[in-house]
Amino acid sequence: MSVKTELNFTLNGRPVNIEVPVDMTVLNLLRENLDLKGTKYACGEGECGACTIEVDGTTINSCLMYAADLNGRTVMTIEGLGAGNKMHPMQQSFVDHGAVQCGFCMPGMIIQANYLVKQNPDLTREEMKRGLEGNICRCTGYTKVLDAVAAIVGAEG
Amino acid sequence: MSEQVAFQHIEKTSLIGTRIKKPDAPAKAIGKTRYINDMVLPQMLYGKILHAGRTHAEIVSIDTSEAEKLPGVHLVITAQDTPDLKLGFVKDNAPLKDKVRCERDEVAAVAAESEAIAAEALKLIKVTYKDLPPVYTIEDGLKDGAPVIQDRFPDNKSLSFKFTHGDMAAAEQKSDIILDDVFNVHYVTHCCMGTSCAIADFDHNGKLTIYSQTQYPYNYKMDLAPALGIDPGDIRVIQPPTGGSFGAKLDVYPFEPVAAILAQKTGRPVKILFDREEEFINSPTRQPARMHLRTGCTSDGILTFRAADVMMDNGAYTSWGPTVPVIMMRTVSGHYRVPVVDFKGQAVYTNNAYAGSFRGYGNVQMTYATAQHMDMLAEKLAKDHNLDPIEFRLKNAQKSGEVTPQKSFLRECALAECLTTAAEASDYVNKLNKYTAERAQEGRYKRGIGLASSIHNAGGAKIHKSDGCGTILKMDDYARVTVITGASEIGQGIDAVIAQIVAEELGVPTEHVNLVNNDSDLGPWDVGVHASRTTFIAGNGARRAAIKAKKQILAAASKQANVSADELDLRGGFVVQDKDGAVVTKLDKMLRQMHFQPEPDVVMVSDYYEPNSEPEGRDHISDHSAAYSHAVHIAEVLVDTYTGEVKVEKVTMAQDVGRVINRMGLEAQMEGGLAFGLGFALSEEMIFEEGRLKNPSFRDYKLPTAPDMPDLDIHFIESDCAEGPYGAKGIAELPTIVVAPAIANAVYNATGIRFFNPPMTPEKVARAIWEKKQV
Repeated sequence: MSVKTELNFTLNGRPVNIEVPVDMTVLNLLRENLDLKGTKYACGEGECGACTIEVDGTTINSCLMYAADLNGRTVMTIEGLGAGNKMHPMQQSFVDHGAVQCGFCMPGMIIQANYLVKQNPDLTREEMKRGLEGNICRCTGYTKVLDAVAAIVGAEG
Repeated sequence: MSEQVAFQHIEKTSLIGTRIKKPDAPAKAIGKTRYINDMVLPQMLYGKILHAGRTHAEIVSIDTSEAEKLPGVHLVITAQDTPDLKLGFVKDNAPLKDKVRCERDEVAAVAAESEAIAAEALKLIKVTYKDLPPVYTIEDGLKDGAPVIQDRFPDNKSLSFKFTHGDMAAAEQKSDIILDDVFNVHYVTHCCMGTSCAIADFDHNGKLTIYSQTQYPYNYKMDLAPALGIDPGDIRVIQPPTGGSFGAKLDVYPFEPVAAILAQKTGRPVKILFDREEEFINSPTRQPARMHLRTGCTSDGILTFRAADVMMDNGAYTSWGPTVPVIMMRTVSGHYRVPVVDFKGQAVYTNNAYAGSFRGYGNVQMTYATAQHMDMLAEKLAKDHNLDPIEFRLKNAQKSGEVTPQKSFLRECALAECLTTAAEASDYVNKLNKYTAERAQEGRYKRGIGLASSIHNAGGAKIHKSDGCGTILKMDDYARVTVITGASEIGQGIDAVIAQIVAEELGVPTEHVNLVNNDSDLGPWDVGVHASRTTFIAGNGARRAAIKAKKQILAAASKQANVSADELDLRGGFVVQDKDGAVVTKLDKMLRQMHFQPEPDVVMVSDYYEPNSEPEGRDHISDHSAAYSHAVHIAEVLVDTYTGEVKVEKVTMAQDVGRVINRMGLEAQMEGGLAFGLGFALSEEMIFEEGRLKNPSFRDYKLPTAPDMPDLDIHFIESDCAEGPYGAKGIAELPTIVVAPAIANAVYNATGIRFFNPPMTPEKVARAIWEKKQV
C-alpha cells in the first residue's frame, strides 16, 4: 500500500478534504474517488487533452498531475463550468453548433476553449486552432468546434 | 384554450434540410453522460489480459499459481479453461490462445478487485515459450515450406476474391495508353477516444448481459455465442454511450468473450478496459494492401479497362479486414465507366497484426490508386491530346440509369454534377495549369491542386441475406413519441435524424421524440451501423413507422370530424385540415379520445424496412446496395520543399447526398470524415518491426489536430434518390475515401512526384524531392 497524504482544496466551488495515495493522479482522484467522471482518460500521458481541467485558473492535463499537489488549490472540472443541468454559454455553443458527436473529448475541449476565451476575448480563428492543438477529437474534424468558440468571441469564420 | 385553437390555421412546414441539434449533446457537454468506460456495477471485478508480446511461439507451459495467491485476485484463466471456443470471420481466432501467432495474442486473463491488482497479477504469471520461425511479409508467407500460421490453411492463403468482366486482350489492344503501377497502402488504426471496453454479467439462469461498444448488437450475439459455448438467445447486449467507433467494433474481439468467461466463472460482473497502449496494440487496423493497378485508355480519353491485383497481409487471424475486396472491386469496376474489368484479391496469413472494418472499408485503399491513375491519364491526355482534365472525367462519368459490370444500378447518378461543381468552385483547371507552370521555377514553397472522386454504396450493403432494420413506434396520451429502433448510435447522429424524421411525419417537436436503441432485448433486428447505411435504412424504417401511426390517427380523426382522412394532416401538435391548416383538434386530445373510447385504440406500430437490393453473392454480380453515391474532392496544398511538409490549405467537396436531412449532422460527417482521410494521407502510420508495433501512443502516432484542418468549401448535390428517405443517400464514408488521393494528386501538381505509398510524411516528401534533384 502506498503512503497517503491529506488534501484540502476547492473543487467546483466547494471545499474538499480527502486522504489520497501520494502517487495518485488528479485524473484518478476525480474519477475514482470523487465520482466526477466527466473528466476523461484517453491516453494517460498528456497527449490528447481529454482530461483537461482548470487548476488555479490554468488548464492542465489532469493525468500528468499528482493529486497531492492540489493542496490549497482551486480546481474546476467540466461539471463545475455550468450550474447543474444549466449549461455555460460555451457548452451551449458547442451543442448549438453541432460540435458534439461521440462527445468523449468534449469535456476537455470545452474546458480548454473556455480558458482560451477567458485569456483572450478577441481570439482569432488561428489562435483558437493553436490553443486547441493539444485536444484530440476523432469525430468532428474540429471545424464545428472552432465555429462554436468563434460564436462566443463573436469572430467570424 | 380549446376555444381559441378552433380558429387557428397552421401552415405546412418541413424540418427536412434544417439543422437539428443532437439530442444527447447537452449531457455530453456538461460531463453528465456515463460512457461504458465510466460504468461501475455492484460487486464488479476488473479483468486484465496477458498478451504474448512475441509473434510466433509455442506455449510450453503457463504457471498461474503465484498470480492466484495474490490477495484480491479472484480468478486466472488460460486457453485450457476455454477449449474449442472460436471467433472471427472464418473461426480462426479464440478468446485465449494455446499458440502465439501475433504480438497481441491473449495468453491468460485475470479477474481481480481492482485494476491495479489485476495488473500486478499479470506480472506473476510465468509463461514458457518456444519461439517459432516467424512470417512478416506476404512473400515469406507464400514461399514453399513457409511456417504455417493457421493449421487449417497450410499454404497460408486466407480469403481470395475474383471478378472478371469482358475481353481483356481486346481491351488492351484498343488502348493507346496503359498505366501500370503498384500502390502500397499502410497500416492505420481507428484511435477511438474512448478505449475498448466490455462489462459482462451473468444471471442465475446463465443469461449473459454484456455492456458493449459494438456497432452490430444483433449479429454480435451470433458471433459471441460460439466463443462462450452458449446460445445466442441467452445474450442481452446493452450499448452505453461510447467514445467513437468508426468500424472498430464491427466484430467480436477476444477481450469481449474473455470478460464474459471471467464473469461466468466468478459469478460477478467483470469489466475489461484497455489503456491507450493496449488499445493501439490490441485493436484492429485498417487492412493494408499492395495494389497492382493497370488502367487502359484511348487517345480520345475513353477508359478501356481496369485490372487490379490486390495482395493483403491477413495478419494472424481473420476479422473483416481481408474481406475489403468486396468493396475494392466495386471501385475498380464502378469508379467511372469501366467496360472491361479484372480483379483479383488474395490475403496471406502472417505473424503481423490483423485488420478489421474501418470507415471507407477497402475504398480508402482502392480509390487512392484509381483516382491517381485517373489524374495521371488526365495529365497525359491534356499534354498529348489537348483534352481538358474535367472533360476527360466527364466523358467517362456514368449517368443516371447506368449499370456497372458488377450490376450496381446507378439509379440516380450525380458524378458529372459533382465534378463540374467542385471544379468551378475551386477554379481547378486554371490553378492546375498555373501550378504546373510554377513547378519548374525556383522557390522553397510550391502550391498544388488535386482532384479525386469515387463511388460508394449509399443505400446499405447487402452482405447478409437481409440488410433491414426494425422500428417500433408508440405514442402516449400526451403526444410524446417513443421510437425503438434497431439502429445503433456511436456518435454519428442517428438520434437526431430519427427524431427529425418522426417529428416531420407526426407534426410534433423533435424534443417530443424519445429514442430507445441501446438494448437488444428491446430493439428489433438491425444489421449494424456500418456501410453508410443508417440514415438510409433506419431513416426509412422510422419514416414508414411514423406514416403508419399517422394513418391510424387520421383515420380516427376522420370519423370524429366527418372528413376524409386524406383531407387531414398533423402539424404543430394538432390535427388540421390539409388544404388550409385549419385546426380540427389537438393531437394529444385526439390520442386520448382514441384511447378512452368503448373500443380503445392505442398507437403502437412497427415496421421492418428491407432495402431494395440484392445479396452480395460469390460471383460478386448483384445490385448489392439500394443506392450508390459519388463525391469529388479538390485539395489545395502548399509544399515546403525544404522540410517536406504538406499543408492542406483548402478542400472543396462536392458530394451527392441524395437529399439533405439534418444539415448540421451532414456537415459534421463531411468534416469529420475528411479529417480521417487527412490523417491517413499525411501523418498516421502504425510502424511495425518484426510484427511488433513501435509507436503505440499519440506521441508517435500522429492524429490530425485543429491546426491541420484545411478550409472547407462543401457542396451538397441533391440527386433525389427515389428509394431513400425524402430522397437521401448514405453519406458518411465518402469524405474519408476521396480526400487522400486528392491530396496526393495535389502534391504531384506541386512537386512532380507521385506518392504511391502513403502517408506523405515530411520525411518521405523531403527525401523524394531530394532524390528527384539528384537525377
